[in-house]
Amino acid sequence: MEKNAVIAENLSKSFKKVNAVKSVSFGIGKGELFGFIGPDGAGKSTLFRMLVTLLLPDEGKASISGLDVVSDFRKVRNILGYMPGKFSLYQDLTVEQNLNFYATIFGTTVKENYHLIKDIYVQIEPFKNRLAGNLSGGMKQKLALSCALIHKPEVLVLDEPTTGVDAVSRKEFWEMLGRLKHEGITILVSTPYMDEAILCDRVALIQDGSILRIDKPDEITKSFGKPVFAVKSDRTHDLILDLKSFRGVEAANLFGNQVHVVMNNSDVDAGQITTFLKEKGQTSLDVREIEAGIEDCFIDLMINKS
Amino acid sequence: MNTILFILQKEFLQVFRNKNMLPIIFLLPVVQLIILVNAATFEMKSIRLQINDYDNSGISRQLISKFQGSPFYNITQAAYTSLDPESSLKKGNCDAILELPHDLEKDLRTKGVVKVQLIINAINGTSGGLTYAYTASVIQDFNGILINEQIRPQNPDKSRTIATTHSFWYNPELNYKTFMVPGILVLLITVISLLLSGMNIVREKEIGTIEQINVTPIKKYQFIIGKLLPFLIIALGELAIGLTIGKLLFNIPMVGSLPLVFGVAAIYISCILGLGLLISTMTDTQQQAMFVSFFIMIVIILMSGLFTAVENMPHWAQVMDLFNPIAHFIKVMRMVLLKGSGFNQILTEIYYLTGLSFLTLGLATWRYRKTS
Repeated sequence: MEKNAVIAENLSKSFKKVNAVKSVSFGIGKGELFGFIGPDGAGKSTLFRMLVTLLLPDEGKASISGLDVVSDFRKVRNILGYMPGKFSLYQDLTVEQNLNFYATIFGTTVKENYHLIKDIYVQIEPFKNRLAGNLSGGMKQKLALSCALIHKPEVLVLDEPTTGVDAVSRKEFWEMLGRLKHEGITILVSTPYMDEAILCDRVALIQDGSILRIDKPDEITKSFGKPVFAVKSDRTHDLILDLKSFRGVEAANLFGNQVHVVMNNSDVDAGQITTFLKEKGQTSLDVREIEAGIEDCFIDLMINKS
Repeated sequence: MNTILFILQKEFLQVFRNKNMLPIIFLLPVVQLIILVNAATFEMKSIRLQINDYDNSGISRQLISKFQGSPFYNITQAAYTSLDPESSLKKGNCDAILELPHDLEKDLRTKGVVKVQLIINAINGTSGGLTYAYTASVIQDFNGILINEQIRPQNPDKSRTIATTHSFWYNPELNYKTFMVPGILVLLITVISLLLSGMNIVREKEIGTIEQINVTPIKKYQFIIGKLLPFLIIALGELAIGLTIGKLLFNIPMVGSLPLVFGVAAIYISCILGLGLLISTMTDTQQQAMFVSFFIMIVIILMSGLFTAVENMPHWAQVMDLFNPIAHFIKVMRMVLLKGSGFNQILTEIYYLTGLSFLTLGLATWRYRKTS
């Protein structure tokens, strides 16, 4: 992480009534895998569209490898690979034709940079004569990634690449990103999935157009500082209500089939919670103290902000 | 330059991949040309004329047989009747009624003057006028015969008349098809190029592919040329097919230079493609683009002089037509193909078409932005 590959300073963009991105600043090091984590509508796509020169920012500026995204947009486009959230390759061209087309308009050939996409492309190569529109969701993503990489970009911007992709393909996709990182490519990726955050070098938690926090995933969880308990019972709905009435409970949220409880002080232990819940008539209880996850941190940040 | 070639290649791949588009692009216009040219005609071949003969004399029968002898009329007679004379006109059973009064022959012999009444259905003004002109000329002709037969022997001086002789140039047989084929051809290549280009960029917008294209280093002009060239080639090909059909099927004359026709056609098609692209850049969905294209197309086609002569339009409409590329190109097609006009004679049209092309293409390039 020598110098910053991507820099944004006070970037803002608003549409008619919505302030989609509010004065966002960050710096991303070269070769870093940087995640933007936030719910739908947080402003991730708008932020990305400004970085890839598709939207003009209202305020602030941004640069990619030292090139300003507004004044040097043409040069920026040469060193950038962008994969929009919506599949946007030509559905009526075949896999191979799409790849060739994107290679040629960047003035390169598939052969020249084949080593970059080899791992990904071999998986879809058996279908190279199939129309892109007839590929499955996971294969479409692989093709889109191949096309975004074919000109050996310095910076790769992926807008929700794993949304709507099955669990296995998601895992594979992140493994590929890990390999690309070793090629020295800076990768910006946005996702609504919290579990993908830990796979990034650093993440920015983003909500309502503002960045709540930027840090390494484990730093974020480590610095959480409040005890978290995972509670299970056979009456999950009442469980949340009961827990919220317990003293010192800051938040109780459903995670799968268990409830994560955040306490505002550390003088409570699992036993006390169990006793309390038993009095409330809960049965089949399982209460354990756990490490805070990234999602706990995110929810905590969201609550404390508002 | 290479970039343009790659876009070209891509566009052709897409056009020819789409199995439904090919017949639409090439077969439909041919079918339309054959149907339209045969159907759209202003020639009056069968005026349904009802003659109410109240006189039933020698002269009235002579006049009726004069009409019966003409190829333009289908005569129905309602002799001896005093029915509501207008009823058959209202029912639509006839196009015109000629009333021969009771004392036709008697008045003619004693007073020398007699009036007959012609009632014409003039809902369609053009055919109404033509019916009047035809009928009046038949009666005029009949007058001449009467004068010759009855007056001339006693008084030969009164038959002095001025005679006109005429010859029809450029279309000696007054063949309506010769007039229509060039016009309808223009119409067809207009529809094809406007719709193809109008739907194109907006389609990329709808599917989202424009996003991916916009982040590439492709320059605006490369993108637009790459988009337009395939359609220009397709439209010129279509013109070639159309002209071949016109020659083989309708035997229309091709007096002028064909390279000139294709040269002007290239300018004209660029103008229409520019218009299509402009529509494409200003709309967000194919549906919007389709509606806008249709509205514009209907106006410029109806004002183009294909069906009605531009010279008969009100002054403001004629001024508007200076900016109507179809009007200029139809004029060029008719002038070059039928009259054999050369480059110098159609220079004004070429100026206008070139100017309009720069205008539409310039606006389209300006409107097409890669950032928003």
